[in-house]
Amino acid sequence: MSPSVCLQEMIRVIRGARTQGEERGVIQRECAAIRAQFRQADNGGRSHNLAKLLYVHMLGYPAHFGQMECVRLIASSKYSEKRIGYLGAMMLLDEKQDASLLITNSIKNDLSHSSQHVQSLALCTLACMGSAEMCRDLAPEIERLLKASNSYIKKKAALCAVHIVRKIPELGEMFTPSAHSLLSEKNHGVLHGAVILITELCERNPDNLKQFRKSVPELVQIMKNLVTSGYSPEHNVAGISDPFLQVRILRLLRILGRNNDAASDAMNDLLAQVATNTDSSKTAGSAVLYETVLTIMDIRSESGLRVLAVNILGRFLLNNDRNIRYISMTSLQKIVQTDHTAVQRHRGTIVDCLKDQDASVKRYAPSQRWHIDTILHVLVTAGGDVRDETVPNLIQLITAASELHCYTVHKLYRALISDIVQQSLVQVACWCIGEYGDLLLKGECEEITPMQVTEDDVLDALETVLQSHMSTPTSRGFALTAIMKLSTRITNNVDRIRSVVSIYGSCIDVELQQRAVEYNALFKKYDHMRAAVLERMPVIDRNSSGQTNGDPSVEPMKEFNQPKPVQGVLIQEPANQVCDLLDLLGDSNPPLLVTNDHTSTAPNSTNSTSSNVQDNLLDLLGGLEPTPAPSVTVFEKGGLSLKLQCDQQTETSTTVTFTASNSTQSDITGFNLQAAVPKSVQLQMKAPSGDLIPAQGCGTVTQTVLLSYTNKANLKMRVRLSYSSQGTACQDMVQIDSFPSPAWS
Amino acid sequence: MEWVGSPKINQLWWDSSLWGRELKLNTCERSHLYCARVKISLTAVYSGTVRTYQDNMQFMLLFSRQGKLRLQKWYVALSDTQKKKISREVIQMVLARKPKMCSFLEWRDLKIVYKRYASLYFCCAVEDQENELITLEIIHRYVELLDKYFGSVCELDIIFNFEKAYYILDEFILGGEAQETSKKIVLKAIEQADMLQEEAEAPRSVLEEIGLT
Repeated sequence: MSPSVCLQEMIRVIRGARTQGEERGVIQRECAAIRAQFRQADNGGRSHNLAKLLYVHMLGYPAHFGQMECVRLIASSKYSEKRIGYLGAMMLLDEKQDASLLITNSIKNDLSHSSQHVQSLALCTLACMGSAEMCRDLAPEIERLLKASNSYIKKKAALCAVHIVRKIPELGEMFTPSAHSLLSEKNHGVLHGAVILITELCERNPDNLKQFRKSVPELVQIMKNLVTSGYSPEHNVAGISDPFLQVRILRLLRILGRNNDAASDAMNDLLAQVATNTDSSKTAGSAVLYETVLTIMDIRSESGLRVLAVNILGRFLLNNDRNIRYISMTSLQKIVQTDHTAVQRHRGTIVDCLKDQDASVKRYAPSQRWHIDTILHVLVTAGGDVRDETVPNLIQLITAASELHCYTVHKLYRALISDIVQQSLVQVACWCIGEYGDLLLKGECEEITPMQVTEDDVLDALETVLQSHMSTPTSRGFALTAIMKLSTRITNNVDRIRSVVSIYGSCIDVELQQRAVEYNALFKKYDHMRAAVLERMPVIDRNSSGQTNGDPSVEPMKEFNQPKPVQGVLIQEPANQVCDLLDLLGDSNPPLLVTNDHTSTAPNSTNSTSSNVQDNLLDLLGGLEPTPAPSVTVFEKGGLSLKLQCDQQTETSTTVTFTASNSTQSDITGFNLQAAVPKSVQLQMKAPSGDLIPAQGCGTVTQTVLLSYTNKANLKMRVRLSYSSQGTACQDMVQIDSFPSPAWS
Repeated sequence: MEWVGSPKINQLWWDSSLWGRELKLNTCERSHLYCARVKISLTAVYSGTVRTYQDNMQFMLLFSRQGKLRLQKWYVALSDTQKKKISREVIQMVLARKPKMCSFLEWRDLKIVYKRYASLYFCCAVEDQENELITLEIIHRYVELLDKYFGSVCELDIIFNFEKAYYILDEFILGGEAQETSKKIVLKAIEQADMLQEEAEAPRSVLEEIGLT
């Protein structure tokens, strides 16, 4: 019986087992037989026994007794035994096992074997599971092979070198000269490996970056040849010539062109060529285009090229292929953070893309303006009586209603210049003018009688607020920030803003003074970032985003892997407000929970009393936000206290916010939190707001932590606090076993 | 339990007197400045600091619709228990996906790229910076190689000839990266290796058969 049938016979028998128990029995018998065979002297069936063992291992059964057999087989002189031996080594021996060191010598010998297939086995194994010691031992061999004449071996040696550099970055120096010369190879496999090696070397060591920047023209040429060459059957994938190599070269160009004008210039033409000539009807072409876009956005490219890149992503958004839409969404999100203006023109497409999946969007459009009007009216007439949360809530509403920005800012401006007594109105107006000042200055707005507003007018209005004795410190803060934001939205009076900001640097109000000093710094030391820092704010995520408007608006989002709240809030928010508003006209208690079927909150008059209606009028804006979640003090010692608050709790995740405050006489510095959770829980720490907690409760440090878990019962957390108080370094630990639920969960 | 610390904030942010102290602002302004901080960190992070990457492809799994593993190739060093746990989690996650969903999943700090071919799921875990579309192409190339080798490959071929599936994979991908971009060359190399194997085995079994070993 031919031995290979033995293996397949065993597989057949195992698969024929009707129960788990039967399968276990078969496997135990086979393993016993295999073990016995291993112990015997050299016999012909060794490789097949090992193959059987590897199959059993893949089913999940223990196979450690095969490790030594792997070592033995690798040392054999027969190719068939080496082949399965090396496979066994890759499956059963990882670098954590001691036995893996035993094969180092065999690998070393096989690297210089006369047969290239044996060399190949050794290279493959080294690159797959080579430990740091093995890599150190064998690096010189690899370096020698990089210069070997055979392209079959060179391409493998290059990737082996990549593995070595990842394990021991310092050894990179050894491969740098060879990597360079490999670029002149014609063989695609070798080129591919060389490009990956150079990429790895450049990422590990900035000195290599400088050196390999000189190769940019060479890389550009290789790329050009690929793009303009005719049909090459060997490397063609859906009309693209070797997309794998193209993508790797583009990635390397990205790293070389980053933060370097000269290198970026050298690749500009090529990138434009690839971007315009690549056919993206199939995935291969799209992959190349995608990599091109990423490269364009990351290097110092001309603005024309960047617009081209964003347009490509915009086109991807409309692609039929779901995968392509997904990657365009994720890249646009990344780009929005760094290159906002380029993305602006596509915001419409992005919203459209989301719109057609969500019918609830259409519902809110007509009533938003009426909603804003009503609230403004309330602010004007009863602004002094509304709750503190009114201002942020209204601002959130306004940011969400993007079509109404122009109308809103005009209305608010007019309200501001007529009267600055109502502080909440003043604050909202200042914020809007700061944010949408450019729309105000444009003059026309279809829903409102036109009024010419000059930059001076706007600055006058804001300065009036700043100087008036009627303005509270908060309002003055808003006004100053608004003035600062305008510095990126106006063209002629930036100097006026600069002088206002510097004057307030010596203001007697500490809050204003601090702001002015910091904004001054933004003009001076961080001027290059001023535009990015002061640009339009994204739609603000509310704490209480647990209020969903029913599944349809949530479900499609999941397909895009839950894009950040920016887009999500855009759809969900306004619908929430509408139904709260409907409730106003009715009289039932301000809804803390928005139910799935929001038609049920339509006006009903059974419980109506006049006082209720009165409450509701004033609670109009208060009702938009449920009572804040309770916070629990989890740690208190020597004046330092740590509070915990849970927001956004779902069945499988919670957002926890820690607030640290300090009631001692001196500041606490170097405040740092670390957290640990049980294995069933996953933890993600967000950046803390700072590491200094001012004395006497003058300020706090907050930090958000995201937790996700399968079983809420298992949720526990240990927090370690380290800080310096009054000159001494302290470290404390607290265990948190129960988490407070938010009021409305 | 392992201690997890805060993400490293860019030094520029901490050094700058701009953000050294918590400003007494209401929610809106604080969010605005937080966005600003994020932008500052991002701009500084992208300005020339060296970034370290892990291996591009961390592992590849092939499994059936019932969740039975048919091939597992790991390019990172992990213990057996860790590998089992990860495989279980990833298989569960991918099997839970509906047919209309896209081929990309975010999981821990990796991206899972998967595609179903007949009764088999082909699933790769790549690091976050990777181009997902080219990973899909890599998966497709591997399937094409299997198809060419076995002639209209099906799941049973991979079950009964699992070691050959590994050999083919090892001739296409090395250390987590594609080593050869030409289908023809990969298939040729496997053909030659197979011949070598046959030569190595043949004399032995002949001798065995006539009872001379």
